[in-house]
Amino acid sequence: MRKPQVAVVGAAETTRLGIIPDMSQIQLHADAALNALADAGLKLSDIDGIATAVETPQQIAHYLGITPRWVDGTSVGGCSFMLHVRHAAAAIAAGLCSTVLITHAESGKSMIGKLPRSIPADSLQGQFEAPFGVVGPPSMFPIPVLRFMKTFGITHEQLAMVAVVQREWAAKNPRAMMKEPISVDDVLNSRMIAYPFRLLQCCLVTDGGGALILTSAERAKNFPHKPVYVLGAGESVETPMVSQMESFNSSRAFRVAGPAAFAEAGISHSDVDHLMIYDAFAHLPLYGLGDLGFMPYEDTGPFIAAGHTRPGGKLPLNTNGGGLSYMHSGMYGMYALQESVRQMRGIAPAQVPNARISVCHGVGGMFAASGTVIFGNQD
Amino acid sequence: MAELARARPKPTPETQHFWDGTKAGELRLQRCDGCAHIYFPPRPFCPHCGGRAVSIFSASGRASLYSYVINHRPAAPGFAAPYAIAVVELEEGPRMMSNIIDCPQTPEALQLDMKLEVAFERLDDAITLPVFRPAKG
Repeated sequence: MRKPQVAVVGAAETTRLGIIPDMSQIQLHADAALNALADAGLKLSDIDGIATAVETPQQIAHYLGITPRWVDGTSVGGCSFMLHVRHAAAAIAAGLCSTVLITHAESGKSMIGKLPRSIPADSLQGQFEAPFGVVGPPSMFPIPVLRFMKTFGITHEQLAMVAVVQREWAAKNPRAMMKEPISVDDVLNSRMIAYPFRLLQCCLVTDGGGALILTSAERAKNFPHKPVYVLGAGESVETPMVSQMESFNSSRAFRVAGPAAFAEAGISHSDVDHLMIYDAFAHLPLYGLGDLGFMPYEDTGPFIAAGHTRPGGKLPLNTNGGGLSYMHSGMYGMYALQESVRQMRGIAPAQVPNARISVCHGVGGMFAASGTVIFGNQD
Repeated sequence: MAELARARPKPTPETQHFWDGTKAGELRLQRCDGCAHIYFPPRPFCPHCGGRAVSIFSASGRASLYSYVINHRPAAPGFAAPYAIAVVELEEGPRMMSNIIDCPQTPEALQLDMKLEVAFERLDDAITLPVFRPAKG
Protein backbone atom coordinates (compact mmCIF):
# COMPACT_ATOMS: atom_id res chain seq x y z
CA MET A 1 0.00 0.00 0.00
CA ARG A 2 1.35 3.44 -0.86
CA LYS A 3 1.98 6.14 1.76
CA PRO A 4 -1.09 8.39 1.85
CA GLN A 5 -0.47 12.06 1.03
CA VAL A 6 -3.90 13.56 1.70
CA ALA A 7 -6.56 13.05 4.35
CA VAL A 8 -10.13 14.05 5.21
CA VAL A 9 -10.00 16.14 8.39
CA GLY A 10 -13.52 17.54 8.39
CA ALA A 11 -16.78 15.82 7.45
CA ALA A 12 -20.38 16.66 8.20
CA GLU A 13 -23.88 16.56 6.80
CA THR A 14 -26.49 19.26 7.15
CA THR A 15 -27.87 19.60 10.69
CA ARG A 16 -31.11 18.03 9.47
CA LEU A 17 -31.81 15.61 6.62
CA GLY A 18 -35.15 14.82 5.05
CA ILE A 19 -37.71 17.52 4.45
CA ILE A 20 -36.25 20.97 5.14
CA PRO A 21 -38.80 23.51 3.85
CA ASP A 22 -37.23 26.42 5.74
CA MET A 23 -33.87 26.42 3.93
CA SER A 24 -32.86 27.19 0.35
CA GLN A 25 -30.40 25.01 -1.53
CA ILE A 26 -27.49 27.42 -1.09
CA GLN A 27 -28.14 27.72 2.63
CA LEU A 28 -28.05 23.92 2.87
CA HIS A 29 -24.55 24.13 1.31
CA ALA A 30 -23.57 26.68 3.96
CA ASP A 31 -25.07 24.65 6.80
CA ALA A 32 -23.07 21.58 5.75
CA ALA A 33 -19.90 23.64 5.22
CA LEU A 34 -20.12 25.32 8.62
CA ASN A 35 -20.72 21.94 10.27
CA ALA A 36 -17.65 20.49 8.53
CA LEU A 37 -15.53 23.48 9.56
CA ALA A 38 -16.64 23.03 13.18
CA ASP A 39 -15.87 19.31 12.90
CA ALA A 40 -12.33 20.14 11.73
CA GLY A 41 -11.84 23.05 14.14
CA LEU A 42 -11.20 25.40 11.21
CA LYS A 43 -12.35 28.89 10.23
CA LEU A 44 -13.68 29.94 6.82
CA SER A 45 -10.44 31.88 6.27
CA ASP A 46 -8.44 28.64 6.54
CA ILE A 47 -10.03 27.32 3.34
CA ASP A 48 -8.01 28.04 0.16
CA GLY A 49 -9.59 25.55 -2.21
CA ILE A 50 -13.24 24.93 -3.07
CA ALA A 51 -15.16 22.35 -5.07
CA THR A 52 -18.86 21.90 -5.65
CA ALA A 53 -21.35 20.61 -8.23
CA VAL A 54 -24.64 21.89 -9.71
CA GLU A 55 -24.18 25.18 -7.88
CA THR A 56 -21.08 26.94 -9.24
CA PRO A 57 -17.92 27.32 -7.14
CA GLN A 58 -18.24 31.10 -7.44
CA GLN A 59 -21.73 30.95 -5.98
CA ILE A 60 -20.59 28.91 -2.98
CA ALA A 61 -17.32 30.82 -2.49
CA HIS A 62 -19.14 34.14 -2.49
CA TYR A 63 -21.95 32.98 -0.22
CA LEU A 64 -19.48 31.59 2.31
CA GLY A 65 -17.00 34.48 1.97
CA ILE A 66 -14.11 32.31 0.79
CA THR A 67 -11.26 33.50 -1.49
CA PRO A 68 -9.96 30.29 -3.07
CA ARG A 69 -6.71 29.84 -5.00
CA TRP A 70 -7.89 26.47 -6.33
CA VAL A 71 -11.35 25.78 -7.78
CA ASP A 72 -13.10 22.69 -9.12
CA GLY A 73 -16.62 22.86 -10.55
CA THR A 74 -16.74 19.33 -11.97
CA SER A 75 -20.44 18.56 -12.21
CA VAL A 76 -21.06 15.09 -13.63
CA GLY A 77 -24.01 14.05 -11.49
CA GLY A 78 -24.19 12.32 -8.12
CA CYS A 79 -20.59 11.09 -8.11
CA SER A 80 -19.14 14.59 -8.69
CA PHE A 81 -17.90 14.64 -5.09
CA MET A 82 -15.83 11.48 -5.60
CA LEU A 83 -14.14 13.28 -8.48
CA HIS A 84 -13.69 16.38 -6.30
CA VAL A 85 -11.91 14.26 -3.67
CA ARG A 86 -9.61 12.84 -6.35
CA HIS A 87 -8.89 16.28 -7.85
CA ALA A 88 -8.40 17.88 -4.43
CA ALA A 89 -5.97 15.14 -3.37
CA ALA A 90 -3.91 15.77 -6.51
CA ALA A 91 -4.04 19.56 -6.01
CA ILE A 92 -2.95 19.36 -2.36
CA ALA A 93 -0.17 16.91 -3.21
CA ALA A 94 1.00 19.29 -5.97
CA GLY A 95 0.98 22.28 -3.60
CA LEU A 96 -1.74 24.18 -5.47
CA CYS A 97 -3.65 24.73 -2.23
CA SER A 98 -3.55 23.42 1.32
CA THR A 99 -7.11 23.05 2.61
CA VAL A 100 -10.01 22.15 0.33
CA LEU A 101 -13.72 22.41 1.13
CA ILE A 102 -16.07 20.23 -0.95
CA THR A 103 -19.77 21.01 -0.59
CA HIS A 104 -22.95 19.38 -1.77
CA ALA A 105 -26.53 20.29 -1.02
CA GLU A 106 -29.81 19.89 -2.77
CA SER A 107 -33.30 21.03 -1.98
CA GLY A 108 -34.38 17.88 -3.80
CA LYS A 109 -37.78 17.57 -2.13
CA SER A 110 -38.72 21.13 -1.17
CA MET A 111 -37.23 22.63 -4.36
CA ILE A 112 -36.27 25.95 -2.76
CA GLY A 113 -33.64 27.92 -4.67
CA LYS A 114 -33.05 24.98 -6.99
CA LEU A 115 -32.68 25.41 -10.74
CA PRO A 116 -35.01 23.08 -12.67
CA ARG A 117 -33.29 20.36 -14.65
CA SER A 118 -34.41 20.48 -18.26
CA ILE A 119 -33.37 18.79 -21.50
CA PRO A 120 -33.01 21.21 -24.45
CA ALA A 121 -35.00 20.00 -27.48
CA ASP A 122 -31.98 20.42 -29.77
CA SER A 123 -29.55 18.44 -27.58
CA LEU A 124 -28.89 14.83 -28.53
CA GLN A 125 -30.94 13.68 -25.52
CA GLY A 126 -33.71 16.07 -26.53
CA GLN A 127 -33.80 14.67 -30.05
CA PHE A 128 -33.12 11.00 -29.51
CA GLU A 129 -34.39 10.13 -26.01
CA ALA A 130 -36.91 12.69 -24.75
CA PRO A 131 -39.51 12.08 -27.52
CA PHE A 132 -39.91 8.46 -26.42
CA GLY A 133 -41.50 9.19 -23.06
CA VAL A 134 -38.61 9.50 -20.63
CA VAL A 135 -39.57 11.49 -17.59
CA GLY A 136 -36.91 11.65 -14.91
CA PRO A 137 -34.43 9.10 -13.61
CA PRO A 138 -36.93 6.30 -12.72
CA SER A 139 -37.89 6.01 -16.40
CA MET A 140 -34.28 5.97 -17.60
CA PHE A 141 -31.85 4.57 -15.04
CA PRO A 142 -33.46 1.09 -14.91
CA ILE A 143 -33.58 0.66 -18.72
CA PRO A 144 -30.44 -1.55 -18.78
CA VAL A 145 -31.47 -3.91 -15.99
CA LEU A 146 -33.69 -6.36 -17.92
CA ARG A 147 -30.74 -7.05 -20.24
CA PHE A 148 -28.41 -7.51 -17.24
CA MET A 149 -30.93 -9.92 -15.66
CA LYS A 150 -31.25 -11.98 -18.84
CA THR A 151 -27.50 -12.13 -19.48
CA PHE A 152 -26.54 -13.14 -15.94
CA GLY A 153 -29.66 -14.99 -14.72
CA ILE A 154 -30.44 -12.38 -12.04
CA THR A 155 -33.94 -12.68 -10.51
CA HIS A 156 -36.56 -10.17 -9.37
CA GLU A 157 -36.26 -11.62 -5.85
CA GLN A 158 -32.50 -10.97 -5.79
CA LEU A 159 -33.06 -7.36 -6.86
CA ALA A 160 -35.71 -7.04 -4.15
CA MET A 161 -33.20 -8.27 -1.56
CA VAL A 162 -31.01 -5.22 -2.26
CA ALA A 163 -33.75 -3.04 -0.76
CA VAL A 164 -34.45 -5.49 2.10
CA VAL A 165 -30.81 -5.63 3.20
CA GLN A 166 -30.33 -1.89 3.01
CA ARG A 167 -33.38 -1.37 5.18
CA GLU A 168 -31.69 -3.62 7.76
CA TRP A 169 -28.74 -1.21 7.81
CA ALA A 170 -31.03 1.82 7.92
CA ALA A 171 -32.82 0.41 10.97
CA LYS A 172 -29.56 0.90 12.88
CA ASN A 173 -29.24 4.53 11.81
CA PRO A 174 -31.23 7.18 13.72
CA ARG A 175 -30.82 9.66 10.84
CA ALA A 176 -32.17 7.29 8.16
CA MET A 177 -35.47 8.35 6.57
CA MET A 178 -36.91 4.82 6.34
CA LYS A 179 -36.28 2.40 9.21
CA GLU A 180 -39.24 -0.01 9.21
CA PRO A 181 -38.15 -3.56 8.26
CA ILE A 182 -39.34 -4.78 4.84
CA SER A 183 -39.53 -8.22 3.21
CA VAL A 184 -38.96 -9.38 -0.35
CA ASP A 185 -42.76 -9.64 -0.67
CA ASP A 186 -43.16 -6.05 0.52
CA VAL A 187 -40.75 -4.92 -2.20
CA LEU A 188 -42.37 -7.02 -4.94
CA ASN A 189 -45.84 -5.81 -3.92
CA SER A 190 -44.95 -2.14 -3.66
CA ARG A 191 -46.28 0.23 -6.32
CA MET A 192 -44.89 -0.30 -9.82
CA ILE A 193 -42.83 2.70 -10.94
CA ALA A 194 -41.00 1.53 -14.07
CA TYR A 195 -41.06 -2.20 -14.66
CA PRO A 196 -39.13 -4.10 -13.44
CA PHE A 197 -38.64 -1.64 -10.58
CA ARG A 198 -41.15 -0.90 -7.86
CA LEU A 199 -41.27 1.93 -5.36
CA LEU A 200 -39.02 0.25 -2.77
CA GLN A 201 -36.32 -0.28 -5.40
CA CYS A 202 -36.13 3.44 -6.20
CA CYS A 203 -34.23 6.02 -4.15
CA LEU A 204 -35.84 8.48 -1.80
CA VAL A 205 -36.27 12.15 -2.70
CA THR A 206 -35.15 14.39 0.18
CA ASP A 207 -33.43 17.64 1.14
CA GLY A 208 -29.96 17.82 2.63
CA GLY A 209 -26.28 18.31 2.10
CA GLY A 210 -22.79 17.41 3.18
CA ALA A 211 -19.29 18.79 3.15
CA LEU A 212 -15.74 17.46 3.37
CA ILE A 213 -12.46 19.17 4.23
CA LEU A 214 -9.18 17.74 2.96
CA THR A 215 -5.58 18.63 3.71
CA SER A 216 -2.14 17.03 3.56
CA ALA A 217 -1.56 13.81 5.52
CA GLU A 218 1.32 15.60 7.23
CA ARG A 219 -1.00 18.26 8.72
CA ALA A 220 -3.88 15.85 9.26
CA LYS A 221 -2.66 14.53 12.59
CA ASN A 222 -3.16 17.94 14.22
CA PHE A 223 -6.95 17.95 13.87
CA PRO A 224 -9.65 16.97 16.38
CA HIS A 225 -10.60 13.71 14.62
CA LYS A 226 -8.66 10.69 13.49
CA PRO A 227 -7.46 11.38 9.91
CA VAL A 228 -9.16 9.44 7.13
CA TYR A 229 -6.58 8.97 4.39
CA VAL A 230 -7.27 9.00 0.66
CA LEU A 231 -5.47 5.87 -0.52
CA GLY A 232 -6.57 5.90 -4.13
CA ALA A 233 -9.22 7.13 -6.52
CA GLY A 234 -10.47 6.78 -10.06
CA GLU A 235 -12.91 8.49 -12.40
CA SER A 236 -14.46 8.33 -15.85
CA VAL A 237 -17.45 9.35 -17.93
CA GLU A 238 -19.25 7.43 -20.67
CA THR A 239 -22.37 9.04 -22.16
CA PRO A 240 -25.24 11.27 -21.03
CA MET A 241 -27.57 9.02 -23.06
CA VAL A 242 -28.39 5.75 -21.31
CA SER A 243 -29.44 4.31 -24.68
CA GLN A 244 -25.90 4.78 -25.99
CA MET A 245 -23.99 2.86 -23.31
CA GLU A 246 -21.46 0.47 -24.79
CA SER A 247 -23.27 -2.41 -23.08
CA PHE A 248 -26.14 -2.88 -20.64
CA ASN A 249 -24.25 -5.72 -18.94
CA SER A 250 -21.69 -3.38 -17.41
CA SER A 251 -20.82 0.29 -16.94
CA ARG A 252 -17.68 1.32 -18.82
CA ALA A 253 -17.24 4.30 -16.48
CA PHE A 254 -17.35 1.92 -13.47
CA ARG A 255 -14.77 -0.35 -15.13
CA VAL A 256 -12.36 2.57 -15.58
CA ALA A 257 -12.87 4.31 -12.22
CA GLY A 258 -12.90 1.27 -9.92
CA PRO A 259 -9.73 -0.50 -11.07
CA ALA A 260 -7.83 2.83 -11.19
CA ALA A 261 -8.65 3.40 -7.52
CA PHE A 262 -7.63 -0.13 -6.51
CA ALA A 263 -4.35 0.17 -8.46
CA GLU A 264 -3.47 3.53 -6.91
CA ALA A 265 -4.30 2.31 -3.41
CA GLY A 266 -2.33 -0.87 -4.00
CA ILE A 267 -4.97 -3.03 -2.35
CA SER A 268 -6.85 -6.16 -3.37
CA HIS A 269 -10.53 -6.96 -2.93
CA SER A 270 -9.87 -9.12 0.11
CA ASP A 271 -8.46 -6.02 1.88
CA VAL A 272 -11.84 -4.23 1.72
CA ASP A 273 -13.64 -4.07 5.07
CA HIS A 274 -16.43 -1.71 4.08
CA LEU A 275 -18.07 -0.86 0.79
CA MET A 276 -20.39 1.86 -0.46
CA ILE A 277 -21.93 1.56 -3.93
CA TYR A 278 -24.21 4.45 -4.86
CA ASP A 279 -27.70 2.94 -5.08
CA ALA A 280 -30.02 5.34 -6.86
CA PHE A 281 -31.86 2.17 -7.91
CA ALA A 282 -31.59 -1.44 -6.78
CA HIS A 283 -29.51 -2.68 -9.73
CA LEU A 284 -26.52 -0.42 -9.09
CA PRO A 285 -24.91 -2.49 -6.31
CA LEU A 286 -24.93 -5.49 -8.68
CA TYR A 287 -23.21 -3.56 -11.46
CA GLY A 288 -20.77 -2.16 -8.90
CA LEU A 289 -19.85 -5.55 -7.41
CA GLY A 290 -19.22 -6.89 -10.91
CA ASP A 291 -17.52 -3.89 -12.51
CA LEU A 292 -15.24 -3.26 -9.53
CA GLY A 293 -14.11 -6.87 -9.78
CA PHE A 294 -15.45 -8.20 -6.49
CA MET A 295 -17.05 -11.20 -8.23
CA PRO A 296 -18.41 -12.41 -11.57
CA TYR A 297 -21.61 -10.59 -12.56
CA GLU A 298 -23.72 -13.74 -12.32
CA ASP A 299 -22.71 -14.11 -8.64
CA THR A 300 -23.77 -10.57 -7.63
CA GLY A 301 -27.50 -11.24 -7.17
CA PRO A 302 -27.02 -14.55 -5.30
CA PHE A 303 -24.29 -12.90 -3.12
CA ILE A 304 -26.68 -10.21 -1.91
CA ALA A 305 -29.61 -12.64 -1.62
CA ALA A 306 -27.44 -14.91 0.57
CA GLY A 307 -27.02 -12.05 3.05
CA HIS A 308 -23.30 -11.43 2.59
CA THR A 309 -23.79 -7.64 2.47
CA ARG A 310 -26.20 -7.37 5.43
CA PRO A 311 -25.22 -6.48 9.02
CA GLY A 312 -22.81 -9.18 10.18
CA GLY A 313 -22.12 -10.30 6.59
CA LYS A 314 -18.64 -10.67 5.13
CA LEU A 315 -18.87 -7.59 2.87
CA PRO A 316 -20.85 -4.81 4.63
CA LEU A 317 -22.39 -2.72 1.84
CA ASN A 318 -24.23 0.61 2.04
CA THR A 319 -24.16 0.66 5.81
CA ASN A 320 -26.04 3.95 6.20
CA GLY A 321 -29.08 2.44 4.46
CA GLY A 322 -28.13 3.90 1.08
CA GLY A 323 -30.09 6.05 -1.30
CA LEU A 324 -32.94 3.56 -0.97
CA SER A 325 -33.43 4.04 2.79
CA TYR A 326 -31.05 6.66 4.26
CA MET A 327 -31.59 9.74 2.11
CA HIS A 328 -31.23 10.85 -1.51
CA SER A 329 -31.32 14.54 -2.30
CA GLY A 330 -30.54 13.99 -5.98
CA MET A 331 -26.75 13.72 -5.86
CA TYR A 332 -26.21 11.07 -3.21
CA GLY A 333 -22.45 10.58 -3.68
CA MET A 334 -21.64 13.00 -0.84
CA TYR A 335 -23.62 10.90 1.66
CA ALA A 336 -21.80 7.73 0.59
CA LEU A 337 -18.51 9.56 1.21
CA GLN A 338 -19.74 10.76 4.61
CA GLU A 339 -20.56 7.18 5.62
CA SER A 340 -17.13 5.93 4.50
CA VAL A 341 -15.50 8.67 6.61
CA ARG A 342 -17.66 7.76 9.64
CA GLN A 343 -16.73 4.10 9.23
CA MET A 344 -13.02 4.95 9.01
CA ARG A 345 -13.30 7.19 12.07
CA GLY A 346 -15.07 4.35 13.90
CA ILE A 347 -18.15 6.43 14.72
CA ALA A 348 -20.80 5.15 12.29
CA PRO A 349 -24.22 4.28 13.79
CA ALA A 350 -23.84 0.80 12.27
CA GLN A 351 -20.10 0.60 12.76
CA VAL A 352 -18.23 -2.27 11.07
CA PRO A 353 -15.85 -3.55 13.79
CA ASN A 354 -12.16 -2.84 13.10
CA ALA A 355 -12.78 -1.52 9.59
CA ARG A 356 -9.49 -0.25 8.11
CA ILE A 357 -10.26 0.14 4.40
CA SER A 358 -13.43 1.54 2.85
CA VAL A 359 -14.24 1.65 -0.88
CA CYS A 360 -16.72 4.33 -1.90
CA HIS A 361 -18.07 4.05 -5.44
CA GLY A 362 -20.31 6.60 -7.11
CA VAL A 363 -22.38 6.89 -10.25
CA GLY A 364 -23.41 10.08 -12.03
CA GLY A 365 -26.39 10.60 -14.32
CA MET A 366 -27.80 7.37 -15.74
CA PHE A 367 -24.45 5.51 -15.80
CA ALA A 368 -23.04 8.70 -17.40
CA ALA A 369 -20.12 9.08 -15.00
CA SER A 370 -18.32 7.36 -12.18
CA GLY A 371 -15.91 8.07 -9.36
CA THR A 372 -14.32 5.72 -6.84
CA VAL A 373 -12.45 6.72 -3.68
CA ILE A 374 -10.63 4.31 -1.37
CA PHE A 375 -10.16 5.47 2.20
CA GLY A 376 -8.03 4.07 5.01
CA ASN A 377 -7.44 4.94 8.64
CA GLN A 378 -3.82 3.74 8.96
CA ASP A 379 -0.96 5.98 7.80
CA MET B 1 -55.28 24.61 -20.02
CA ALA B 2 -54.01 22.83 -23.13
CA GLU B 3 -52.61 19.37 -22.60
CA LEU B 4 -48.82 19.33 -22.78
CA ALA B 5 -47.58 17.80 -26.00
CA ARG B 6 -45.03 15.03 -26.43
CA ALA B 7 -41.42 16.28 -26.33
CA ARG B 8 -40.57 17.37 -29.84
CA PRO B 9 -37.04 17.08 -31.19
CA LYS B 10 -35.43 20.19 -32.65
CA PRO B 11 -32.94 19.21 -35.37
CA THR B 12 -29.49 20.76 -35.58
CA PRO B 13 -27.38 21.14 -38.76
CA GLU B 14 -25.64 17.87 -37.87
CA THR B 15 -28.86 15.87 -37.38
CA GLN B 16 -31.12 17.38 -40.06
CA HIS B 17 -30.47 14.50 -42.49
CA PHE B 18 -31.81 12.02 -39.93
CA TRP B 19 -35.09 13.89 -39.51
CA ASP B 20 -35.39 14.48 -43.26
CA GLY B 21 -34.99 10.70 -43.54
CA THR B 22 -37.74 9.74 -41.11
CA LYS B 23 -40.05 12.20 -42.87
CA ALA B 24 -39.29 10.37 -46.14
CA GLY B 25 -39.82 6.95 -44.50
CA GLU B 26 -36.13 6.11 -44.14
CA LEU B 27 -34.01 5.36 -41.10
CA ARG B 28 -30.73 7.05 -41.98
CA LEU B 29 -27.44 6.04 -40.38
CA GLN B 30 -23.87 7.09 -41.05
CA ARG B 31 -20.88 4.98 -42.06
CA CYS B 32 -17.24 6.05 -41.93
CA ASP B 33 -15.63 6.00 -45.38
CA GLY B 34 -12.28 5.26 -43.78
CA CYS B 35 -12.90 2.52 -41.19
CA ALA B 36 -16.46 1.42 -42.17
CA HIS B 37 -17.75 2.00 -38.60
CA ILE B 38 -21.54 2.53 -38.51
CA TYR B 39 -22.73 4.85 -35.76
CA PHE B 40 -25.59 6.75 -34.15
CA PRO B 41 -26.55 9.42 -33.07
CA PRO B 42 -25.62 11.54 -36.08
CA ARG B 43 -22.42 13.59 -36.27
CA PRO B 44 -20.29 14.67 -39.23
CA PHE B 45 -17.25 12.60 -38.22
CA CYS B 46 -16.53 9.06 -37.13
CA PRO B 47 -16.47 8.63 -33.34
CA HIS B 48 -14.29 5.53 -33.81
CA CYS B 49 -11.40 6.90 -35.91
CA GLY B 50 -12.09 10.64 -36.06
CA GLY B 51 -12.33 10.68 -39.83
CA ARG B 52 -14.45 13.45 -41.36
CA ALA B 53 -15.29 11.52 -44.53
CA VAL B 54 -18.59 9.80 -43.70
CA SER B 55 -21.58 8.71 -45.77
CA ILE B 56 -25.27 8.66 -45.00
CA PHE B 57 -27.21 5.53 -45.94
CA SER B 58 -30.66 4.11 -45.38
CA ALA B 59 -30.72 1.33 -42.77
CA SER B 60 -32.69 -1.91 -43.21
CA GLY B 61 -35.11 -0.99 -40.43
CA ARG B 62 -34.65 -4.46 -38.94
CA ALA B 63 -33.87 -4.51 -35.23
CA SER B 64 -34.20 -6.51 -32.03
CA LEU B 65 -35.34 -5.56 -28.54
CA TYR B 66 -32.25 -4.94 -26.40
CA SER B 67 -33.89 -3.75 -23.15
CA TYR B 68 -36.73 -1.61 -21.82
CA VAL B 69 -38.75 -0.36 -18.89
CA ILE B 70 -42.52 -0.11 -18.72
CA ASN B 71 -43.12 3.31 -17.26
CA HIS B 72 -46.08 3.45 -14.88
CA ARG B 73 -45.72 6.82 -13.29
CA PRO B 74 -45.56 9.61 -13.91
CA ALA B 75 -46.35 9.54 -17.63
CA ALA B 76 -44.48 11.94 -19.89
CA PRO B 77 -46.63 14.56 -21.65
CA GLY B 78 -48.38 12.94 -24.62
CA PHE B 79 -48.11 9.42 -23.18
CA ALA B 80 -50.65 7.24 -21.36
CA ALA B 81 -49.11 4.95 -18.73
CA PRO B 82 -48.14 2.17 -18.72
CA TYR B 83 -45.93 2.41 -21.80
CA ALA B 84 -42.60 0.86 -22.71
CA ILE B 85 -39.47 2.94 -23.25
CA ALA B 86 -37.25 0.64 -25.25
CA VAL B 87 -33.72 0.47 -26.55
CA VAL B 88 -33.52 -1.42 -29.82
CA GLU B 89 -30.46 -2.83 -31.50
CA LEU B 90 -30.43 -2.18 -35.22
CA GLU B 91 -29.29 -4.94 -37.57
CA GLU B 92 -26.44 -2.61 -38.61
CA GLY B 93 -25.14 -2.42 -35.02
CA PRO B 94 -26.10 0.92 -33.43
CA ARG B 95 -28.74 1.07 -30.71
CA MET B 96 -31.41 3.70 -30.27
CA MET B 97 -34.15 4.58 -27.84
CA SER B 98 -37.68 4.18 -29.19
CA ASN B 99 -41.19 2.92 -28.48
CA ILE B 100 -42.74 -0.41 -29.45
CA ILE B 101 -46.09 -0.12 -31.21
CA ASP B 102 -48.71 -2.71 -32.21
CA CYS B 103 -47.76 -4.77 -29.15
CA PRO B 104 -49.20 -5.02 -25.63
CA GLN B 105 -47.03 -3.01 -23.24
CA THR B 106 -46.47 -5.98 -20.92
CA PRO B 107 -43.46 -8.06 -19.83
CA GLU B 108 -45.14 -11.12 -21.37
CA ALA B 109 -45.45 -9.52 -24.81
CA LEU B 110 -42.16 -7.63 -24.74
CA GLN B 111 -39.54 -10.35 -24.87
CA LEU B 112 -35.89 -9.37 -25.07
CA ASP B 113 -34.30 -10.15 -28.45
CA MET B 114 -37.69 -10.26 -30.22
CA LYS B 115 -37.43 -9.20 -33.86
CA LEU B 116 -38.67 -5.71 -34.69
CA GLU B 117 -39.08 -3.51 -37.75
CA VAL B 118 -39.09 0.25 -38.00
CA ALA B 119 -42.29 2.26 -38.42
CA PHE B 120 -42.75 5.99 -38.66
CA GLU B 121 -44.96 8.11 -36.47
CA ARG B 122 -45.67 11.60 -37.78
CA LEU B 123 -45.73 14.30 -35.10
CA ASP B 124 -46.20 17.31 -37.40
CA ASP B 125 -45.06 18.63 -40.81
CA ALA B 126 -41.42 18.78 -39.74
CA ILE B 127 -40.94 15.83 -37.40
CA THR B 128 -41.60 12.12 -37.83
CA LEU B 129 -40.35 9.77 -35.12
CA PRO B 130 -38.86 6.32 -35.74
CA VAL B 131 -40.70 3.70 -33.70
CA PHE B 132 -40.64 -0.11 -33.90
CA ARG B 133 -43.20 -2.91 -34.16
CA PRO B 134 -42.91 -6.69 -33.89
CA ALA B 135 -41.54 -8.01 -37.22
CA LYS B 136 -43.98 -9.84 -39.46
CA GLY B 137 -43.24 -13.45 -40.31
